[in-house]
Amino acid sequence: MNFDALPWIVLFLPLTAAAAIFLFTKRSARISAALSTGAVVASFILSAVYVGIAGLEPVREDSHIWLQAGKLLFEFGLLLDPLSLSMTLVVTGVASLIHIYSWGYMKGDEGFARFFGTLSLFTFSMLGIVLSNNFLQLFIFWELVGVSSYLLIGFWFERPSAADAGKKAFITNRLGDFGFILGILTVWAACGTLNFLLLRGSASMLGAGATLAGLLIFCGAMGKSAQFPLHVWLPDAMEGPTPVSALIHAATMVAAGVYMLCRVLFMLNPAALQVISWVGGFTALLAAVIAVQQNDIKRILAYSTLSQLGYMVMAVGLQGPTPAMFHLTTHAFFKALLFLGAGSVIIALHHEQDIWKMGGLRKRMPVTFWTFLAGTLALAGFWPFSGFFSKDAILAQAQHQHAWGLFALGLMVAVLTAFYMFRLVFVVFGGTERTHGAEHAHESPAAMSLPLQVLAILSIVGGVISVESAFNRQFDPQQHGASFVAQLLAPFSHAPLAATLGLLAAAAGFALAAKLYRGVTTDPLPARLGFLSCWMRDRFYFDELYEATVIRAHDGLSAIAGWIDRWIIGGLAVRGTHGTTELIGRALRLLQTGNLQTYAMLVALGVAILLLWVVFC
Amino acid sequence: MNVGLEHYIVVSGILFCLGLLGVILRRNLLVIYMGLELMLNAANLALVAFSRFNNQLDGQVFVFFVITVAAAEVAVGLALIVALYRRRESAHVEDLASLKL
Amino acid sequence: MDWPTILFYLFAALTVGCGILVVANPFSNNPVTSAMFLVLTILWLAGLYVLLHAFFLAAVQILVYAGAVMVLFLFVIMLLDLRAEEKRKIKVFSLVGGLLAIGGIGAVFLGSVLKAQWPLAGAPAIEGGTAPLGKLLFAQYLLPFEIISVLLLVAMIGVILLSKRELK
Repeated sequence: MNFDALPWIVLFLPLTAAAAIFLFTKRSARISAALSTGAVVASFILSAVYVGIAGLEPVREDSHIWLQAGKLLFEFGLLLDPLSLSMTLVVTGVASLIHIYSWGYMKGDEGFARFFGTLSLFTFSMLGIVLSNNFLQLFIFWELVGVSSYLLIGFWFERPSAADAGKKAFITNRLGDFGFILGILTVWAACGTLNFLLLRGSASMLGAGATLAGLLIFCGAMGKSAQFPLHVWLPDAMEGPTPVSALIHAATMVAAGVYMLCRVLFMLNPAALQVISWVGGFTALLAAVIAVQQNDIKRILAYSTLSQLGYMVMAVGLQGPTPAMFHLTTHAFFKALLFLGAGSVIIALHHEQDIWKMGGLRKRMPVTFWTFLAGTLALAGFWPFSGFFSKDAILAQAQHQHAWGLFALGLMVAVLTAFYMFRLVFVVFGGTERTHGAEHAHESPAAMSLPLQVLAILSIVGGVISVESAFNRQFDPQQHGASFVAQLLAPFSHAPLAATLGLLAAAAGFALAAKLYRGVTTDPLPARLGFLSCWMRDRFYFDELYEATVIRAHDGLSAIAGWIDRWIIGGLAVRGTHGTTELIGRALRLLQTGNLQTYAMLVALGVAILLLWVVFC
Repeated sequence: MNVGLEHYIVVSGILFCLGLLGVILRRNLLVIYMGLELMLNAANLALVAFSRFNNQLDGQVFVFFVITVAAAEVAVGLALIVALYRRRESAHVEDLASLKL
Repeated sequence: MDWPTILFYLFAALTVGCGILVVANPFSNNPVTSAMFLVLTILWLAGLYVLLHAFFLAAVQILVYAGAVMVLFLFVIMLLDLRAEEKRKIKVFSLVGGLLAIGGIGAVFLGSVLKAQWPLAGAPAIEGGTAPLGKLLFAQYLLPFEIISVLLLVAMIGVILLSKRELK
């Protein structure tokens, strides 16, 4: 077995599992789940082996020509550099844990096999995005990921809200992808190639269109990573099962946009980067504000994801791909942990998701509580949890670029993040049980709590296990890795202002949340904030705005298109052709009278005409 | 005035047109057939005239053949008409329209 | 005005007149009448042949055409006992079309006759006697001659087959 075939095996194993499930084993739930989980765990082990033996560097590319016609060249290949290999490890690792978790969570569901099959399809598509070496292949897998997301969000398709949420996600994504493909076409027209390594050299050929191409490509990231104004699909995507929310809408798929931006960072010029950073920052702030007044446990986490994605995009815009990818990795760990913990709570309370109907769960679900707390501390950015290091890296980058507006914005978002997360912890786990369901909650089975514990460990130590140095090898080779202890204290020596202010912001948020929410049974904020609280709860009415403008316009256009299709294409072109042919046929039929003499007369006429023509012309 | 080729050609032409008239406008099968014979005769006349005025006997040989063929054709054609009459009991050409669409 | 010219005009007039009476007899619709006038037309045509010095052909015309073909015609008319053709509605389209066609062809003839440069050839000198014709027929046109005999055989067989009452 060729060692270089390992990455291909890693990529295609989940696909074979998905194919096997959908073609053969759909009736057997256990075999399907075993196939799917086995495939993804095997992918993780194989990729770990590959990285262990072959190392993260040097950059390797394994490409095959798919279609070549003159100057047109489509390839299908894998690009193996520190960025893609690290991301592969993250994707397969988190996916393995979530597959194991789903054994417990989806137990008894009649779509068990379908769930695992679609999860495998998703894993394959995500790995495809991570490993692809050219824009076209990336786009194909981009769309595949969108399809998997649609299938998984609408998993319980008998529920109209779930079906609608799936459609909303897919269509909003498509909007972003429209810009994306225009960007790809622009790049191709200007540079003549779609291969990432080749583009690195010819990025300057973009010339005047560089800003436009960069912004169009960012459209794709806007759709996939749910940046403003295409952020509306992510909260609705919580209609899917919680493992789906954890895997797709927290850890991996939404991170694909950030990953793609880091991939093609060399193509984005300062103007485009400026736009990107402000869009990211604004999204972070908007989502954090909305999260403060949400009452559904998964919605809070969804808006938190939106906010953290904003952070990552902001980091990319500040020309800090390493902080962005670092935060992506740590976010994958602790956000997946938080979602899985939420899932654990939801299952224990029999699918109850309103936080005001929970309470006092720290005594009844200790494993869930402690892991959830670990995740919250990481997310809020307390030292020495992983989130602190990655968030600090982003703030330090802002400080380094002298982007004081974004720096202040990042600090504000840090305060809000700590605030709403601890609000969640106090309301759900603190206080006393508020409902019958909460009184009868008990801890989840091992299949669910084991991944929680693994992820908790990763969230705690994730900042100091050389994740940052792995990404530095891709983007900033001058920095060399440091020891464990040195990594612990690095932020305070490199960027003391950012580190201290970040910690203070987190502490401030925690204090505020403790003061307002410790031991309360109803939400005190609406009374204090009045109509602002209403706006926050109603998500600032973005959905209603889109409904009134975009949806109406779209309905009008499709009515026109329908009219054209029915009357002009169907009526005029199709039935017109048929009618005309029939008419001509009927007319010609009149010639066949069966009468000998008519025929003779016609023959004579023909002869006369011919003769007249030949003899006299 | 001297009778030249053109006179004979004119006569032949007139005869041909008359024959054609009979074929197209008369409704009795047998009269149609006679019109056909008239056309053949017109052609014969033209051939003989040309043969005479071009000083070649080939035209007359051709007429010989035409007469023979016409005779054979008349035999077969009349047999057909007899067979048709036996079927349809009518020698009117408009009753023979079974190829009508 | 010498005799050949007079005879020509006489024969020509008679031929055309009888031809008209074959196809467009205003007095009688009877096919027998048409057959009779056709016989007369053939007769006058034979006269025209004689004027063209085609003696053999004139004889053959009378013997074969008038003697055999027209007799056959009359046989069949009598056999089928055809009376006058019944009057049916005249279709205008056919009438107009037919007249147009005939007119067209006639115009072609007329036009070509008028346009040609007369006289086309020199003075006629050939004599269509039996011996020269025979020589030509059996020397140069022997193959067509043999084929014609086969044709006659085939026609005979066909006629016998066609006039059977039922095919056994």
